[in-house]
Amino acid sequence: MNLGGGETVKSMSMPNSSVSWKSGDGVTDQFPAGLRVLVVDDDPTCLMILEKMLRNCLYEVTKCNRAEIALSLLRENKNGFDIVISDVHMPDMDGFKLLECVGLEMDLPVIMMSADDGKNVVMKGVTHGACDYLIKPVRIEALKNIWQHVVRRKKHEWKDFEQTGSVEDGERQQKPPEDADYSSSANEGNWRNSKKRKDEEEEAEERDDTSTLKKPRVVWSVELHQQFVAAVNQLGIDKAVPKKILELMNVPGLTRENVASHLQKYRLYLRRISGVSQHQSGFNNSFMGPSDATFGSISSLSGLDMQLPAQSLATLQAAVLGRSTTKSSISMPLVDQRNLFSFETPKPRFGEGQQQQLSNNSKQINLLHGIPTNMEPKQLANLHQSAQSFGGMNMQVNSHGSQSNSLLVQMAQPESRSQMLNEINGSHRIQSSMGQPIMSNGCASGVLARNGMANNARGTLYNPLSQASSVLDFSVNHGTDLPGSSFPIGGNAGISSLPSKEMLHEDVISETKGTRGFLPSYDVLSELHQQKSQVWGSQNVGLTYETSHHANMRGSCDVSPSVIVQQGFSSIQNNGQNRSAMGKAVFSSGQESAHGNVPNISQQPNTFLLDNLLMVKAERFPDASYHNTIFAEQLGQEDLMSVFLKQQGDTGSVESEFGFDGHHLDNLPV
Amino acid sequence: MDVGQLQTRFVDYRKSMFCEGLLDSQFIQLQQLQDESNPDFVVEVVSLFFEDSEKLLNELSKTLGQQTIDFKKVDAHVHQLKGSSSSIGAQRVKNACIAFRNYCEEENIEGCLRCVQQAKQEYFLVKGKLETLFRLEQQIVVAGGVIPMVE
Repeated sequence: MNLGGGETVKSMSMPNSSVSWKSGDGVTDQFPAGLRVLVVDDDPTCLMILEKMLRNCLYEVTKCNRAEIALSLLRENKNGFDIVISDVHMPDMDGFKLLECVGLEMDLPVIMMSADDGKNVVMKGVTHGACDYLIKPVRIEALKNIWQHVVRRKKHEWKDFEQTGSVEDGERQQKPPEDADYSSSANEGNWRNSKKRKDEEEEAEERDDTSTLKKPRVVWSVELHQQFVAAVNQLGIDKAVPKKILELMNVPGLTRENVASHLQKYRLYLRRISGVSQHQSGFNNSFMGPSDATFGSISSLSGLDMQLPAQSLATLQAAVLGRSTTKSSISMPLVDQRNLFSFETPKPRFGEGQQQQLSNNSKQINLLHGIPTNMEPKQLANLHQSAQSFGGMNMQVNSHGSQSNSLLVQMAQPESRSQMLNEINGSHRIQSSMGQPIMSNGCASGVLARNGMANNARGTLYNPLSQASSVLDFSVNHGTDLPGSSFPIGGNAGISSLPSKEMLHEDVISETKGTRGFLPSYDVLSELHQQKSQVWGSQNVGLTYETSHHANMRGSCDVSPSVIVQQGFSSIQNNGQNRSAMGKAVFSSGQESAHGNVPNISQQPNTFLLDNLLMVKAERFPDASYHNTIFAEQLGQEDLMSVFLKQQGDTGSVESEFGFDGHHLDNLPV
Repeated sequence: MDVGQLQTRFVDYRKSMFCEGLLDSQFIQLQQLQDESNPDFVVEVVSLFFEDSEKLLNELSKTLGQQTIDFKKVDAHVHQLKGSSSSIGAQRVKNACIAFRNYCEEENIEGCLRCVQQAKQEYFLVKGKLETLFRLEQQIVVAGGVIPMVE
């Protein structure tokens, strides 16, 4: 894409207005005026008052006193409303049920309200996905700001889109996030909503990333991307926030949103050809790029046996993958996954023969941008081989924000595979920086393959891991932020592409939709088995590689930087940015636990291998994504590679290398 | 009485309602919502409230008068009454509902019966006063005056 000054990224170009809040009015400079609200309450007094209040806020109000009527209204006009306000206690249908339906079918923000302010009820609202809860009597001040929920959701949706690359939720058709830049706030909380979407999208995780998002995107040319990567590297994984990246890049016309979404994609598609970043929306898709095919499979981290609590993984996945892939594929048999390669770079960056592997792996693992999304076992296997060259896979454990999900192996480097190796090494470093051996989980293998840029190290990375239990156990819960965010997910399963085919390619990548990433086969290091808690992700991703699986995995973690989780863990989450990036490299190859745990981190496009491993908390990602990528960079490829290689022979070593301590990829963007 | 006097009477009456706790700040919100496009907004809403509340109170009495009392149903009605009364600012009615709900939870029939009585009482009291208030308001309008806003 060209940034051509002024090209707004995704949403930006939006005609302003975030899409005319008004139905079809076109520009809505007057937003939030014209916001289309549907208010449902069986109490006529309240209904009338609310209507008046909302009208006074200049919203377009439709009221109804029955939930069924409301639902049919919503169904008839899929895009006829922007937000729904509903009472909790209604005679014909429980308000929460309505909330769920609306969330699932139309994916609109829903505000609950009630005279009941009991904690349980409010909590119920939260768990059912309400974006807010108002206590009656409702005051007009409370209604004045409801537009924020709409904007926020759109923003997330948008991000989800990108990440997943596939806009498959047809019905969800999220409104183009045009207004993404409208509100710019990455609400982590929102990602829950996205998560919802992601869940739905999980099925589609493989989806072709080619689905283009609706929004126009900034075209990230190679140069621009390079600049981007350089900036990301410079900042460091955990510091690579869009804003700073933007500053460093100093490209006129580029907005923070552009960078943010790109970062996400970056992670996802690190593997993809550098510079070919397609539109952001397409990123996801594009990331999947050639490897998409395989990535698709990766999306399910299933291969990753990340120990991460399934739930968390799922979350991660959801987060990571953004809507889409939340599949819990994390359960990837990490073993196979070992290759957490999150590199997307299909290109033989490393120049090694591995490339192919990478590509294979990458496909699966493509955790773009280091999203350690699920690396598909196959990939891992491939990675395994290539893992060697991976070195560069910086598996960045993206711990967004603090998650240690870092599995994201971010291959920050775009195009140079060799870089990947470096990255891997670098990530290796990161690990240390992380303070802990991220890989301690044994996954050290997780080479954080930074997908980021072309790490394509995919192939390289994974190799080693493939066998080793690439199970990256990302104990997602950890939130240990990997300093370097690159967690060597190699942990348990040896995510690495260890020879074992089972490697996770599939697993690992499993969810990553497009996982570009591939989780570098982390070698997860001896811990593989238990790694679970290894949270790699320094940042968000808590890849815990669980190496449990194979004992040999551990050792063998060739760790081909299998966990390239970087990508996007963070991105997966909220900001969508990460989404792609969450390369959840968590692949606990073969790690059973990991599998379950790491829900397809590969959220959307990129299968974050980590999904399983990394419990990438969706929340975390949003910013973590950057981290992830950064991690990758940090990981010295060489370091990682060496680690991985070393791992191969010795399971235990991985751990030490990576020092995962149980970082878990929290953020595996699922 | 001239307009000024009518207005003063009106203001004082309204003030007293607040002082006695019959009305709370939510009522002011309602008044503030009223504008040229909806000059009778408050009256309309309050009328709705009256209708709805009377139905609820009747239902409550009926439900409580049964052999086997369905407390869930009672609670649902009370909850609704609480919601609507709080929305228009009928504070004492709302408070009566809160107490009522506690008895419902305990399934205390005696308590509930007492509460329903209490709720009815409060309701009719505020109803009467509001009707008077509206009448005073109307007199001002008829006399060509402007209705003073709540300070």
